[in-house]
Amino acid sequence: MSASTQSIGGQSAADRAILLSARGITKQFAGVEVLRDVDLDLYAGEIHALLGENGAGKSTFAKIVAGVHRPSRGVLLLNNARIEVLSPLAAQKLGITLIHQEPISFPDLSISENLALGRDDGKPLGRVRWAELKREANSLMAQLGIMIDVTRPMRGLSIADQQMVEIARALASESKLIIMDEPTAPLTPKEVETLFGISRQLRNEGRSIVFISHRLEEVRALCDRVTIFRDGNKIATEETKNLTDAEIIRLMIGREVKGYIPKHKTTVGEVALAVEGLTLPGRFENISFEIRKGEIVGLGGLVGAGRTDVARAIFGVAPAASGTIAVNGQVVEIREPADAVAQGLAFVPEDRAVAGIFRTLPVSQNITAAVPEMIAPKGFIRHGLERTIALDSVKKMMIRLVSPRQPIGELSGGNQQKAILARWLLTDPKILILDEPTRGVDIGVKAEFYEMIGALAASGRAILLISSELPELLALSDRVLVMSEGQLTGDFARGDATEESVMHAAVPRRKVVGDAQAAA
Amino acid sequence: MTIIALLRRREAGIIVMIVIFSLFVGVLQPRFLTSETLRIVLLAVPLVMIAAMGEMMVIVARHVDLSIGSILGFSSIVAGMLWRDHPGLPVLLGVVAALATGSALGLVNGLVVTIFRLPSIIVTLGTLSLYRGLLFFYSDSRQVDPQYIPRDIIGMSQTSPIFGIPWIIIVACVIALATYFFLDHTRLGRQIYAIGSNPTAAPLRGIRAAPVTILVFVISGALAGVAGVLYASRFGYVNPGITGVGFEFTVIAPIVIGGVSINGGVGSVGGTALGVLLLGAVSVALPVLGVSGFWQNAIYGAVILFALVIDRSVRQGGLKGLLARDAA
Repeated sequence: MSASTQSIGGQSAADRAILLSARGITKQFAGVEVLRDVDLDLYAGEIHALLGENGAGKSTFAKIVAGVHRPSRGVLLLNNARIEVLSPLAAQKLGITLIHQEPISFPDLSISENLALGRDDGKPLGRVRWAELKREANSLMAQLGIMIDVTRPMRGLSIADQQMVEIARALASESKLIIMDEPTAPLTPKEVETLFGISRQLRNEGRSIVFISHRLEEVRALCDRVTIFRDGNKIATEETKNLTDAEIIRLMIGREVKGYIPKHKTTVGEVALAVEGLTLPGRFENISFEIRKGEIVGLGGLVGAGRTDVARAIFGVAPAASGTIAVNGQVVEIREPADAVAQGLAFVPEDRAVAGIFRTLPVSQNITAAVPEMIAPKGFIRHGLERTIALDSVKKMMIRLVSPRQPIGELSGGNQQKAILARWLLTDPKILILDEPTRGVDIGVKAEFYEMIGALAASGRAILLISSELPELLALSDRVLVMSEGQLTGDFARGDATEESVMHAAVPRRKVVGDAQAAA
Repeated sequence: MTIIALLRRREAGIIVMIVIFSLFVGVLQPRFLTSETLRIVLLAVPLVMIAAMGEMMVIVARHVDLSIGSILGFSSIVAGMLWRDHPGLPVLLGVVAALATGSALGLVNGLVVTIFRLPSIIVTLGTLSLYRGLLFFYSDSRQVDPQYIPRDIIGMSQTSPIFGIPWIIIVACVIALATYFFLDHTRLGRQIYAIGSNPTAAPLRGIRAAPVTILVFVISGALAGVAGVLYASRFGYVNPGITGVGFEFTVIAPIVIGGVSINGGVGSVGGTALGVLLLGAVSVALPVLGVSGFWQNAIYGAVILFALVIDRSVRQGGLKGLLARDAA
């Protein structure tokens, strides 16, 4: 390991205490090796990034350290003593906490209870001190700068808030090692900043943090060292400052990429979708815009601005109280998703775990779920046909899997997302709504998504793209709309949208009229 | 808690339903609104109340125990036969035997559900039938006649230690309060909610779901055993073909009305207790109104559906309900 001879923060690496060592960690799932002979040292008091494409093995490694999975081979040493992490509970007792990629929570229990569960290890019949739980929860959430009623149930919280509760829980655990698996994906820039501030503070107290992210700028801003995984192998461990972005990307995907995002050319046609005065009290107000055939309209804004609510209203998941939706110039009534599908709409939702996939069903069934008539031409399902159609999509979308019969829940996030996109493409939609399509998807796969989205627009489809990643939004969109607190606050033509102008419009209580004339 | 928040609670809705129902019946049949009726209702519910506390825990943990009636029957037969065949032994031994039998049968349910990872609805549907069959075998299909039920046991339904409140009502109240304390104020109790709310996440939070699940089935079985003793006390006999038959419906219906979610993770002891009282009142009122036996079951079922529909529409009608739906 090259890093072991380098210096960190002016300190010789040799002096640095090693908190956790992994030696020869190997993991197989159903005979497939997803992690191969990984050696890794984590120092006490460092923030260490794990980078790699989806399926590269970083989440698996994290889960092994945190006791969720057991290694097929290899050993873990904590403070030079061999440890067996048999369960998440065992990990917690050893001082290792994992913040999962998809926040796990108990939706019926209050925030304060979610924070406390599993943290204390007292007597089973010990009393729950509700007042104390509440006080603790309030102070934890205050540390994270969140004002929220901690006695309300988790159900109904945004993913960002759920994630902040997870982070608060890790804070309270007093763990020596906190592993964060893509913690920032749903967070706003301000929340990310708070998280980073706290992470640095924890590091300065001598705790270690493992940070898994796809956002290079975050890794650069936060992490002392990076370890790069590719195809289940550890490729390199280096000090962050010694690597350029291009080098990191090359190590991750094994080839050079020029710029993440392809330029996208388009010829726009007729108006495909026009919404007028769409209002849902408490959620969004008076939303009007048009999307033309072949056009990608980006919808930016902070998390919680109401973008997803608009998308859900258009698709009939939670219809608007007033306003009209017109498809190809005809005003249509969309009261439920089936109406939207009949009008040629497709919707790839943000929270795929809840709204997108049928977790326990095979990939093939997930892909063909929206096109029953294709796989059951005479009313009875033909499994051969289902498989053929699914395999065709798997090939086209480059979905990585063991078998189309595999439950989709076993695939990595990016591959699940591809399968959902494949499902909707089978319906041959004329209008596609993509809500954070690349959330939790790594750079290599992102590039594939961008190409696909571009190609879909080029084939005459109208696309509404909701994204919290500004570079992505700006690069892909022909027009960028911005929402803030339920209102449309910005409308920029491609050339006029910049990170600054979009963010300016997205910040609450400041209306910005874009100098774009595109609002026709 | 503000008045509005209080009114939004499930418990308030059930109290309103109890009042409306009582007034409605009282108008039709003034005889209903007397303290005598109250006494009859209160004597009718302890059996259901006690068993409902256990069943409720099972449902909160996202399981169900359909075998509860057979467990009640088995426990009461074991106790009754002990009293009949060994009259010299202390009466209390019969109570202990009923408790032990209930716990053991509950343990079997819990073990099968957790070890083989089978859905509890199927497992307990099986044991519902299995336990009843074994019960006939064990009792030689013979009823334990009234003269063998000890006087102390019969007396539990009649004599009172304090304020004229019969023992069985006191036992039911103590068990309900203990359940409330256990579920709301102990770590273990909260773990039951956690398991029911998100079974996959529970182990990731270091909760040992299997032993907790087994424990919940054992408690449910033990409480069915207690209810078995009280059955002997109240009815004065135990019959292998009658005692506890169809009891699962009687117990699960008030739990669901009381706001315990079949999807787990949600439910309160207060709601369950009020649900038991509401259906207790209904079961007492129907004969008072002169409704024929044929219709009583149908009306009972209709009341359950009505209560659920009202509850659902109240919760989705308001702005709050709408928002909750949106955010989901």
